[in-house]
Amino acid sequence: MKLGFLVDLNLCMGCKGCEVACKVENEVPLSSWRLRVKYIDIGTFPDAKREFTPLRCNHCENAPCERICPVSALHYLENGIVNVDSSRCIGCAGCMMACPYGAIYMDPETNTADKCTYCAHRIESGMMPACVVICPVQANIFGDLDDDTSHISQYIMAHQGAVQVRKPEKHTNPKHFYVGGGTQTLDPLAQQRIEGYSLFNNITHLDHIGDPNHGVIDRFLAPFESHEKLDNKSFVDFDNHESEGGH
Amino acid sequence: MVESTVHATHAVVTLDVALPGIIWGWMITLNMWAKSIGTGVILVGAFLLYRHKKDEMPNLRWTMPLISFIFLNIFLLFTLTDLHQPYRMVNIFLHPHWTSAITVGAWMASLFTALVTVLMVIGYFDAHPNVRKNCALANAARANSSLYEKLFPFVVFLAIPVTLYTAIIMAESSARELWQAPAEVMQMMWAALLAGSAALILVSGKWSAEARKDLALVLAIATFFSFLMYMGEYFFSFKSSEAEATLAYVHAGGAYNTEFWFGMVLGFIVPFFIAVGNMKSDNKTLLRFAAILALVGLYMAKDVWLKIPQMLPLS
Repeated sequence: MKLGFLVDLNLCMGCKGCEVACKVENEVPLSSWRLRVKYIDIGTFPDAKREFTPLRCNHCENAPCERICPVSALHYLENGIVNVDSSRCIGCAGCMMACPYGAIYMDPETNTADKCTYCAHRIESGMMPACVVICPVQANIFGDLDDDTSHISQYIMAHQGAVQVRKPEKHTNPKHFYVGGGTQTLDPLAQQRIEGYSLFNNITHLDHIGDPNHGVIDRFLAPFESHEKLDNKSFVDFDNHESEGGH
Repeated sequence: MVESTVHATHAVVTLDVALPGIIWGWMITLNMWAKSIGTGVILVGAFLLYRHKKDEMPNLRWTMPLISFIFLNIFLLFTLTDLHQPYRMVNIFLHPHWTSAITVGAWMASLFTALVTVLMVIGYFDAHPNVRKNCALANAARANSSLYEKLFPFVVFLAIPVTLYTAIIMAESSARELWQAPAEVMQMMWAALLAGSAALILVSGKWSAEARKDLALVLAIATFFSFLMYMGEYFFSFKSSEAEATLAYVHAGGAYNTEFWFGMVLGFIVPFFIAVGNMKSDNKTLLRFAAILALVGLYMAKDVWLKIPQMLPLS
């Protein structure tokens, strides 16, 4: 079995449902993403159009992240998924330097590397990844590439000549395909990031990698810090009435 | 008109998440710089011991491993502190993944540091017979003095892969195309010879003029070829769109352009001419000045090369 993904960019309407479903399913912290949908405007008015590109881990057959990981925290599952064992990760960020697709992030809560796992926990239970289930137009197609009768295999066969992968020159042999893409949508160097053009979000770069509140010394002290035990009362019994004006 | 500011064939990102900035920052620069000194002093020291009698360099036997020990520990310290889970460093030894140059490098560097420590202890107590006369460790070191000469060839041999493995890590960091150059391996070696000769120049005050002349020769050759390597990368940058886009941060002005040229001029060009001049007439002060400039310039050049590939969006 070799699991793979295909996104038909002709169908994607940029609703970001997959992005939200992924966040919820995998409890992805703020400032991090496993799957994101990028909006790209192409052309000039009045001949302009907006394209949407969902981006996630490519689960490469020849994964640079797996090769560089010094402790095998990134490893292959039998079904071809490149999985992460965050309990083993040392947080060296080598995988972030190796992944040509920028798909790996340093989780700010665990200070370990993390990424899309094709919802390996759901697949183990016979379910589809959360992003596939939520997609209203079935633009996300997921399945076994080794099975000629699977939906993804048949989709690839039906769209021969139009199926692309990102950065094929890297020889990573990605198992994530696109239909309906082009250089402008799939090549980040063919896109400009112009100050002031971004919708809703003016933050273009994170100013931290991993936990923003954990400096170098804190990383050493973290295991010895005591955490107050939380219960339901902790969340309702605030001790800030004075500063809030006594309400 | 908009078509003059936004090229009609190009695309503009209008909504995206915040991208990570520089992931491997100054700590990794310092890590590489310190390792260059740590291995370089052993390589250059071996060259001096091959060329000259020990009497010409009376303190080399213990200062060489001492300098190496100090800078290898700086290198190891910053390797550790750059980890987001520093206590899990032990996993490299408990769960090693041998395809990773980080793993192979960590094992080799640890072994190298252990051997250098042995050389340092033996070398120091041999050179200072009146220090800690009743200390068991000191006496054991003096009793096993010959071990130094037996271990030294192996340490010199090990210094080569310990110098070069960082280039393999860079090669494995396949998202950063600038580092995917064969020149990276040679650059690491020249950096080690540059840093090693510069560090030894700083402690060569009581050495013979001939030994210092050899140090100046190594410094001159290392600065010359380091400069050539960087210039080769600078001018032959158009091998791929990613490398070209990366080097635009150096070509097109700005902070990295300034840091790069400071590194080239202070670190390579000025020390080269001083070192060449010193081969004619021995001037300890000027040679030390060249050594300090070379070390500062090397740091700047490495810093630029480490950071600019991380500025590009990958997806």
